[in-house]
Amino acid sequence: MAIFVDKNTKVAVQGITGRDGSFHAQQMLEYSDTVVAGVTPGRGGQTFADKVPIFDSMAEAVGQTGANTTVIFVPPFGAAGAIYEAADAGVKLIVCITEGVPTVDMVKVMPYLAERGVRLIGPNCPGLIAPGLCKLGIMPASIVAEGNVGLVSRSGTLTYEVVWQLPSAGLGQSACLGIGGDPVIGTTFLDSIKAFAADPQTEALVMIGEIGGDAEERAAEYIQEHVDIPVVAFIAGQTAPPGKRMGHAGAIVSGGSGTAAEKVKALAAAGIPVAERPKDIVPRLQEIWQR
Amino acid sequence: MNIHEYQAKEIFARFGLPVPPGDVATTADQAVKLAEQYGLPVMVKAQVLTGGRGKAGGVKYCTSVADVAEHAEAILGMDIKGHTVGKVQITPALDIAEEYYVGMLIDRNTKRALLMASAEGGVEIEQVAKDNPDAIFKLAIDPRYGLLDHEALTMALKLTNGDIKKARQLALAMQKLYAAFMHADASLAEINPYVFTPAGEGYAIDAKMNLDDNAQFRHPDYEQLRDLDEENAAERQAREAGLSFVKLEGNVGCLVNGAGLAMATMDLVKYYGGKPANFLDIGGSSNPEKVVNALQIILTDPHVKVILFNIFGGITRCDDVANGIIAATESMDISVPIVVRLTGTNEEEARQLLTQTDLVAAETMDAAVQKAIELVS
Repeated sequence: MAIFVDKNTKVAVQGITGRDGSFHAQQMLEYSDTVVAGVTPGRGGQTFADKVPIFDSMAEAVGQTGANTTVIFVPPFGAAGAIYEAADAGVKLIVCITEGVPTVDMVKVMPYLAERGVRLIGPNCPGLIAPGLCKLGIMPASIVAEGNVGLVSRSGTLTYEVVWQLPSAGLGQSACLGIGGDPVIGTTFLDSIKAFAADPQTEALVMIGEIGGDAEERAAEYIQEHVDIPVVAFIAGQTAPPGKRMGHAGAIVSGGSGTAAEKVKALAAAGIPVAERPKDIVPRLQEIWQR
Repeated sequence: MNIHEYQAKEIFARFGLPVPPGDVATTADQAVKLAEQYGLPVMVKAQVLTGGRGKAGGVKYCTSVADVAEHAEAILGMDIKGHTVGKVQITPALDIAEEYYVGMLIDRNTKRALLMASAEGGVEIEQVAKDNPDAIFKLAIDPRYGLLDHEALTMALKLTNGDIKKARQLALAMQKLYAAFMHADASLAEINPYVFTPAGEGYAIDAKMNLDDNAQFRHPDYEQLRDLDEENAAERQAREAGLSFVKLEGNVGCLVNGAGLAMATMDLVKYYGGKPANFLDIGGSSNPEKVVNALQIILTDPHVKVILFNIFGGITRCDDVANGIIAATESMDISVPIVVRLTGTNEEEARQLLTQTDLVAAETMDAAVQKAIELVS
């Protein structure tokens, strides 16, 4: 049944007329028939791809189409505003793809979402794809297949690299989730792992972490105590120098903490195998997964 | 972006924190003039974007003009952890009775600004955290209400052991630091130390601030805070081209799409016994211009002996990416070998295109990394 989405998911795309928004809205439409609305202020009344109505606001989009989910492609200066608008309009799941959102904006957004019971994925993330169900964001549909492995990751292309290797082992995915590379994000590793553990379709889990923060360590602790399905991890950034931001705003070793070595140690201590190379992830999973 | 002490102090002062007067000098003569203006004694403080200035001899207490001239002369041009000192700050030296630490950073777990304060001021907070973690008080601030009066005062009273006069000053400093932190879009702001003079007057005598690069669009004035001398040429070029780049010490130049895959590629180079020369995320585009920019940046490093492309073409088609790489490399004069790994949609077609060039095609990430390392030796 995947996580965070189901067959009642109805998607609005905020920023649907922009370069990235229109390209990816088209891709989402081709994958599943879940996109019901687009939003670009000033473009209300037009249609996207001859079928999706465009509205001036999220309130109109939700009121007229029943959208309960949104995917945001608006530029960084408007991203937080788009999140507030979506939450105010009543959607329950917001996926913010935008990279480069100021961290303070996200700090301020969080209580607003919590008060309204809204889940945020991202920002600075590739989104979520539930093979055979729907695609929210920019993950390439061509490489995924329906199955029982859940994937959660802080990055995009590194996740695709791992997904790419699953078919050779006859494995598909229940869902692939990119939680984003920023320091302050909505859905964390911990939230995702709880959701995957509660999902009957998910029988095994791959967690792809990287340097910065201690979300992997926290997840490891939780997995050790509460998760019964097999889990394999990978951590990127062991060669990253301290104090330098490695592309993702959150991928930085600061004050000597957040190193790959610490994370690998915490995962191993919790009994979670850590693959040394991306190509070792699937074999390590097969070792511990008695199907 | 990290900024200098004197720049952070300017921001702090704008938000009403008690910062002693001060100005920067780039020559010993200027330093002496400033010292005469403020009156002795003064501090001469190296302005470099790294910690440990005091231990390195970059911070001096001067009681005479001759002292100022001598120390400014010695400190200007000094190397501190690989950073050359280009400026010193001259500021009146205060009589110090007590030192505190007050800092703020983004806490990923509470998703809030986190206030940290300690009565063990003047030493690195990481050290206090290791040796005596109970000496650090912490509070995650609710962004809806900010740092409330009673929250700040309660923490301040713990620090001053109940001295209400000092606690009120400290509490106000905490609230002003919070305002500066949020309005300036900081990722870190520290006063270390916040001092009291024997007369009980509080001052922020040292300041550190890191600013959120993502927020620069609403702070156009930040661009002039950037110290171009602290940046190497390749890093500057990358920033101007909008590419994410970090220079490393190795010889395998890496061009990868996506930050996570770029880190994993560097790690794999190390796994197979090589040394990555850089981190570079080229993003999702196959635009030849972007590839040219990236190659130029990598090739500014004379240690680079091979170039490794690792591209996962998801939605972007691999044959498009291959054409972009071919167009870019043909437009340039490149003397080192280039290994290209393209995986994803249309990868067969992409490899077909590459076989008609001098580029070395590889099927997997591991094969590409191994080939690149072979070509170095």
